[in-house]
Amino acid sequence: MSKADLDKLVAQFPSAIVSTHSNCGDDTAVIRSETLLSVMRWLKGSLGFDFLVDLTAVDFLGRDPRFEVVYHLRSMQSGSRLRIKVPVACSEDGPNPAVDSVISIWPAANWQEREVWDMFGIKFTGHPDLRRVLMYEEFVGHPLRKDYPKEKRQPLIRRDYSME
Amino acid sequence: MVFGMPTPDEIVSGAARELRSRPQFPPGFGEDADDDAPLPTEPMTINMGPSHPAMHGTVRIILTVDGETVKEADVQVGYLHRCFEKEAEYATYTQVFPYTDRLNYVSPLLNNVGFAMAAEKLLGISDKIPERAQYIRVLIGEISRITDHLTCVGASGMEVGAFTPFLWMIKCREWLWELLEELTGARLTHSYVRIGGVAADLTDNFAQRLRDVLAKCREAMVDVEKLIVKNRIFRDRMDGVAVISAEEAVAYGWTGPCLRSTGVPYDVRKDHPYLVYDRFDFDVPVGSTGDNYDRFAVRMEEMRQSMRILEQALDQIPAGPFKLDDPRISLPPKSQVYNTIEGMIGHFKQIVDGVKIPPGEAYSYTEGGNGELGFYLVSDGTGRPYRCHVRAPCFILMQSVPKLIIGAGVADIIPTFGMINMIGGECDR
Repeated sequence: MSKADLDKLVAQFPSAIVSTHSNCGDDTAVIRSETLLSVMRWLKGSLGFDFLVDLTAVDFLGRDPRFEVVYHLRSMQSGSRLRIKVPVACSEDGPNPAVDSVISIWPAANWQEREVWDMFGIKFTGHPDLRRVLMYEEFVGHPLRKDYPKEKRQPLIRRDYSME
Repeated sequence: MVFGMPTPDEIVSGAARELRSRPQFPPGFGEDADDDAPLPTEPMTINMGPSHPAMHGTVRIILTVDGETVKEADVQVGYLHRCFEKEAEYATYTQVFPYTDRLNYVSPLLNNVGFAMAAEKLLGISDKIPERAQYIRVLIGEISRITDHLTCVGASGMEVGAFTPFLWMIKCREWLWELLEELTGARLTHSYVRIGGVAADLTDNFAQRLRDVLAKCREAMVDVEKLIVKNRIFRDRMDGVAVISAEEAVAYGWTGPCLRSTGVPYDVRKDHPYLVYDRFDFDVPVGSTGDNYDRFAVRMEEMRQSMRILEQALDQIPAGPFKLDDPRISLPPKSQVYNTIEGMIGHFKQIVDGVKIPPGEAYSYTEGGNGELGFYLVSDGTGRPYRCHVRAPCFILMQSVPKLIIGAGVADIIPTFGMINMIGGECDR
């Protein structure tokens, strides 16, 4: 359905594209993270992808680059859809990986980027309010990372010991 | 002197300090006895929630109010986070269905259908699902949509003082849930849909019973509208409150009845028809102003359209199998499991290993009760999802709540929140 849009994107930014596929009917482009904002601005401005449907991430532990941030876009005019993926590298115990925030293009990215930060520890450069959204502020770690054990428990207990 | 008690001097200085910190009146204040001069005010921070009797679900809003006007709002969700996406990575695809029941728990079957369709898209069997199964999915999905809207409209009405409509609508919901209970065995968490079809065929007199219930629901909805549509209190609380424009709604990622209330006719069932929705004649109601009343009216009309779809589906539903006949995807019948070695092994392999889905990724989207319900699945070739992400419509709606309530009164939060229809299970996952 939006194969034409995918071809236009490849023609416009040949150097930004890492790979493309249309498996299961979902047209997908993997782009370099440094070109994210220019590609997204062009997609919204020139191809009319004015609706950010969904923003999430996947942790491919053991693969380099380790993370992928996934954007699902839709054009309200033509109804066509496109998936953009951005690989994000992360060193073993280095700083948190970072990618540009698209909140200036689609305000809908606000909480979704906060959720990805909360769950995967990927920072969004330029996000005005990057706090945890589902977990509490005292939580340590990022639970949807593959190296976060499912059985790990972090109860939030506040006790006042001053009376003892 | 008692230790810790303030000395008389301290008390005096404390009083003096308090006197000094009182608001300074503008020069000339009170001299001309002008009653219209604004009183000096200072902002106050109050907590709404996490446990508030008038809020749906557990959510906390930190409000900065100036008098009755909301100046700032920080919405904090997550109190009902149950690690759905993490748990799903450790469950077989079939075991994820009970978790999806608990996402939007007033329309569980819509979530069931959404997840099943995502898995089927990844398997590449979307076009092989038997027709009868597709019609059954439409039937249970539209019944769930009606129960979802009934709860939303009824509860919001109750919160602005209309208690009787709530009772009538919950009564209708109960009739529909009784019907679903008879069909699926559970009143609320049905887990009725499977990859490749549904768990069981329709019960014998399902069609007639559904028609009877729909007739009763139609009557109840007329009664409800008579009570509240021209009610002064209801209209004053809903009309023109929390207005959002179509452009803003699109920019904030709104979908579902809330987006349609602004006049954007986006409905997944119409724009990207799935299952057999292209065979039904139904309309997509839209609002014009994008206020709370429009969101109410769109939901009321959508229920009527769902009833139209249900009646057409009952007329059209063909006979035939209700699940895909493929031993790699559907469980064998119990008579084979207990009596043949092949059946038993097939059953065992599916329960232990799960349905094997080839590596890949797929995003499947359906029209849920609150908007576009999307499932993004990444498979690594095993029987368990590598990544299962759900695009929860009300999580995305919730992020624009501060925008809606800033500038409104504290009392306006309640109907606004009710019409956004935050479902804690879906928002927090």
